[in-house]
Amino acid sequence: MADIVSPLPGVFYRKPGPGKPPFANEGDSIEIGQTVGIIEIMKQFTEIQSDVAGTLESFKVNEGDMVNPGDTIIVIREG
Amino acid sequence: MKKLLIANRGEIAVRIARTAREMGIETLLVTSEPDAASLAAGAADNFIVIGPAPAAASYLNQDAIIAAAVDNRCDAIHPGYGFLSENAIFARKVIEAGLTWVGPDAGAIEMMGNKSMARESARKAGVPVLRGSDGPLDPEADALEAARGIGYPLMVKASAGGGGRGIRFVHNEDELLETIEMARGEAASVFGDPTVYLERFVQHARHVEVQVLGDGTNFIHLGDRDCSMQRRSQKVIEEAPAPDLPDAVRRTIRESSVELARECGYSGAGTVEFLYDPAGQEAAFIEMNTRIQVEHPVTEEITGVDLIREQLLIASTGSMSIRQDDVRFSGHAIECRINAEDPDHNFFPSPGLIQSIEWPSGEGIRVDTGVEAGSLVSPYYDSLLAKLIVHTPDRNSAIAAMLAALDATHIDGVKTTIPVHKTLLARPEFTAVKHHSKFIETVDNLMEAP
Repeated sequence: MADIVSPLPGVFYRKPGPGKPPFANEGDSIEIGQTVGIIEIMKQFTEIQSDVAGTLESFKVNEGDMVNPGDTIIVIREG
Repeated sequence: MKKLLIANRGEIAVRIARTAREMGIETLLVTSEPDAASLAAGAADNFIVIGPAPAAASYLNQDAIIAAAVDNRCDAIHPGYGFLSENAIFARKVIEAGLTWVGPDAGAIEMMGNKSMARESARKAGVPVLRGSDGPLDPEADALEAARGIGYPLMVKASAGGGGRGIRFVHNEDELLETIEMARGEAASVFGDPTVYLERFVQHARHVEVQVLGDGTNFIHLGDRDCSMQRRSQKVIEEAPAPDLPDAVRRTIRESSVELARECGYSGAGTVEFLYDPAGQEAAFIEMNTRIQVEHPVTEEITGVDLIREQLLIASTGSMSIRQDDVRFSGHAIECRINAEDPDHNFFPSPGLIQSIEWPSGEGIRVDTGVEAGSLVSPYYDSLLAKLIVHTPDRNSAIAAMLAALDATHIDGVKTTIPVHKTLLARPEFTAVKHHSKFIETVDNLMEAP
């Protein structure tokens, strides 16, 4: 298992915008560098990318929740 | 007007509360949960929490705001800038609820919100516009032919865009059709309207603008401002009057802006924005903002007119207190926007707890702040903390006064853009008015450059 952690504080979103499909869902196969979410801080958006390949196991943060640097956002089952 | 609801936050909420108090109007501020502890909440006579931190659930929650106004017997709503200030649907709802909307009528907001309609009404009012497609580009028309009459490079702009969004560049004829296709698709998905128009592109343009006031009967201007120092289309430093502008251009933009306000029977404060091409000494219409602007203090300083007071008077009595002949200009004013961003890390947002603040004071110095020591700068909203404004007899002394004021400002706890302002104000391009709206992006390593 590999954790994707937030590098910054902000608000986590699974979707690129309201009414848009999520970047990724539980069970999806994920590639290295794939965008899995975004973090908004003061109207600036930072894409969160996976640094491992594998299957998206679970989200540890809900849509619209605050995260702090180092918080685990997503767990990926490697391979 | 006895009781005013302020539908905003931060420094502009504090600013509106100040003038309302001077006019004997009671204020009620609506806030999000974290903002209940803000400086603005203390500045208003009362505040009420209407929702959680995300703006969509609080400051953009139209029904909650109107309900708060009705339940608390307010008779008017001031939207400030941003949030719902240019939302015609909200303006209509406010009026339908029997309340006074502090701003122009919904029709004017709607017309100016549609950029190709705005351009067309500006042209009719005699406001200079860039060569372009004069209204929306007809999907059936020959775009190549239309573009030949404009010349390259040109811009494809979304009619529903604005504020620097929804713009694509076309360098030559080969790129045109594909770019228009992409721009239409993007405009449809981002703004819900695929309409685009074409406009000539001016390299190294300055951004100048005219402050107007109208009460439906009388229409006046309060001079011009220059906001050329921008980063990614966000204004950084603003000044009034606009420096190094030929008299004929200044007269043209001021008079035609008043004509545009007259043309739409404008009621309230508004700003007509222009780009100015120093090479060709030509100004051209960009857009009209139908609200109070962030940078309104520089105009207040050189005219002595309280723009918020005029907004409230127009909304409550139907007339402003001044005529064009009453407007006198004196000296030069500069405003620096102090943002919670880290200039050493590509202006990355810097929320957090403000441990201490020291502001400058003295003659000709004004501070419009939304924070104080102990304030928590939230990650949920934009990064503007405060505006530092100086007013002195001329531009050189204003630059010197601003540098001294910045030196006397100390904010601990969050990173701020204060060092950027010191660097920019000292740049020879700024002092010689050779900067333009893309200047910051063209300087590599701004903070290290001499």
